[in-house]
Amino acid sequence: MSKEPVAVVGIGQTKHVAARRDVSIAGLVREAARRALDDAELTWADVDAVVIGKAPDFFEGVMMPELYLADALGAVGKPMLRVHTAGSVGGSTALVAAGMVAARVHGTVLTLAFEKQSESNAMWGLSLPIPFQQPLLAGAGGFFAPHVRAYMRRSGAPDTIGSLVAYKDRRNALKNPYAHLHEHDITLEKVQASPMLWDPIRYSETCPSSDGACAMILTDRAGAARAPRPPAWMLGGAMRSEPTLFAGKDAVSPQAGKDCAADVYRQAGIADPRRDIDAVEMYVPFSWYEPMWLENLGFAAEGEGWKLTEAGVTELDGDLPVNMSGGVLSANPIGASGMIRFAEAALQVRGQAGEHQVDGARRALGHAYGGGSQFFSMWLVGSEPPDA
Amino acid sequence: MNREIAVVAFAQTDHRRTSEDISEVEMLMPVLHEVLARTGLKTADIGFTCSGSSDYLAGRAFSFTLALDGVGAWPPISESHVEMDGAWALYEAWTKLLTGDADTALVYSYGKSSPGPLRDVLTRQLDPYYVAPLWPDSVALAALQAQALVDAGDTDEPALAAVAARSRADATANSHAQLTGSVPQGEYLVRPLRTGDCPPIGDGAAAVILAAGDRARELCERPAWIRGIDHRIEAHGLGVRDLTDSPSTRLAAEKAGAFQRPVDTAELHAPFTSQEVVLRKALKLDDGVRVNPSGGALAANPVMAAGLIRVGEAAARIHRGEADRALAHATSGPCLQQNLVAVLEGDPR
Repeated sequence: MSKEPVAVVGIGQTKHVAARRDVSIAGLVREAARRALDDAELTWADVDAVVIGKAPDFFEGVMMPELYLADALGAVGKPMLRVHTAGSVGGSTALVAAGMVAARVHGTVLTLAFEKQSESNAMWGLSLPIPFQQPLLAGAGGFFAPHVRAYMRRSGAPDTIGSLVAYKDRRNALKNPYAHLHEHDITLEKVQASPMLWDPIRYSETCPSSDGACAMILTDRAGAARAPRPPAWMLGGAMRSEPTLFAGKDAVSPQAGKDCAADVYRQAGIADPRRDIDAVEMYVPFSWYEPMWLENLGFAAEGEGWKLTEAGVTELDGDLPVNMSGGVLSANPIGASGMIRFAEAALQVRGQAGEHQVDGARRALGHAYGGGSQFFSMWLVGSEPPDA
Repeated sequence: MNREIAVVAFAQTDHRRTSEDISEVEMLMPVLHEVLARTGLKTADIGFTCSGSSDYLAGRAFSFTLALDGVGAWPPISESHVEMDGAWALYEAWTKLLTGDADTALVYSYGKSSPGPLRDVLTRQLDPYYVAPLWPDSVALAALQAQALVDAGDTDEPALAAVAARSRADATANSHAQLTGSVPQGEYLVRPLRTGDCPPIGDGAAAVILAAGDRARELCERPAWIRGIDHRIEAHGLGVRDLTDSPSTRLAAEKAGAFQRPVDTAELHAPFTSQEVVLRKALKLDDGVRVNPSGGALAANPVMAAGLIRVGEAAARIHRGEADRALAHATSGPCLQQNLVAVLEGDPR
């Protein structure tokens, strides 16, 4: 018996900001869930199960917060599952929820991911105490900067590529009402003059720390037939993991990322991703990860990704737009960031992305990664169902 | 989907009060090796891997990322993690096998309670605005529930003491158990619960292998088929719940098909004696059902693994031919807030 096709019929986000002091954690997640239900024109009673994800519990200081959030998410009397796969969690959470629909365990699932980073200091939350880590690293930037430097050496990319990515993403964010950063006076010169944080990563090439939530309603074929707006159909989805550190690991272009993309493309019948995919929302917390992931995901040959960025291919009006929403560089509620990528990909193929819509987008990739470039989750969504 | 899925192997550590001499990976690795050896599978043969653990026990973010080293995730594997007891990781793996994306799954979970004061740590699970600031600890909350049961006439202190005595007597046959034999009921810890009514605090890990259809029959002489599995959550606020009942357990059991035919065995995740009373009532278990032959959570309660161990123990009895139809239960949250029920069966002998 084949799998049930999975459709995205509702999407909701909060306006991502540095601190949502006006709402509790419950208030934040309920706002996103309510918007997703409204988009699907459904009520809490239509939801069969809730799958929630977020990054480390230390970010809010609540252990397993889904227990406390059961009421706010209308989960009482229903199954509720909590996923945590580091930075990739927003994507993984959506995939776990999609699996329940695909397996015909549930008909309609609410999936949601959030982070309320103003409750703590995420950078130090990620800096592990001795003896877990040497006292050299400060936050994720300290961990990833050497990998960026390795990419620059390996590819011979000019120093300016990172600033081009940041300048593009921050301008795209101006077209996305939910993005955290709306820098109306942004210029390339300002990006390039911003302070160096973790050489070669500058302040303006780094993601912000945000409070935010993202929710989606996933449903089966029957649910999609009742949907008031065009659904996005899942054409492929996969997760891959590899260890944090080991001899032979390629930290610049991890094998797990390549394998994950290959699995998704196989499921979706994608022969040439550059030609067959219309838009990409990828997880770029530091600007240089755009060219790095372009290669890892098969959009460019090894060492060639930066050339796409430099040529403007990844601009909103380029032939492979990347991070039309402004990406992680413009809003980063960590646990939700992966789901925002998945949801933004779905918005594109539904034709619901507003000012940052790519004309005629029929197939879009959502991508997330986490840990020490070791956890990957991706999905490919399309405007037509998988058997069409 | 009508894909038949079974538990084909189970392994666990010897649970003990502290494991400060070894890391989480070192605690987990022997269990992973043992469960794989039971089936002859290697990591690369496994279609999907899913684990359960909590960062709050280890006191560090992403504690599960290092545990992945114990799996040997190279070449890269299809893998996921829940910040829940391993029983819910098993649930996720079960759905994955149902889709046909994989034929085998490795499920594991672990918890080290020894690095911190567990009763205080668990208060961080509570509503962060109105309840957690008061630090009501896990034993105090269980005592509220126990007192409600006593007040309702559902149990009394001698009956609770009998649950404790039976559990630890049964645990003498379980070489992995932490607290066995004749254990005094002791003084009140939080009235009406005495030390004997409470679980031992300890560290431990467990692992299970799931397989679908003929693959299960190849890997195990008598697979423990999952006839149904379901989980439900209740409201978080204790004030809006009837603590003497567990409607979420009853609903999960109903959805899992537990009431279609009687079970012969039940492994209940009841860390406190009083919680066994609640669960027996919700699950309509009569005296003919063998409850917690392993000794249950009163004999060993490694947080985040204790629920998966219930599924593993129930399955192992079917593997050994000591049970034909067994119920396994796992819980999470204060006073049994969230509950999972699985119904396992062996082929006719």
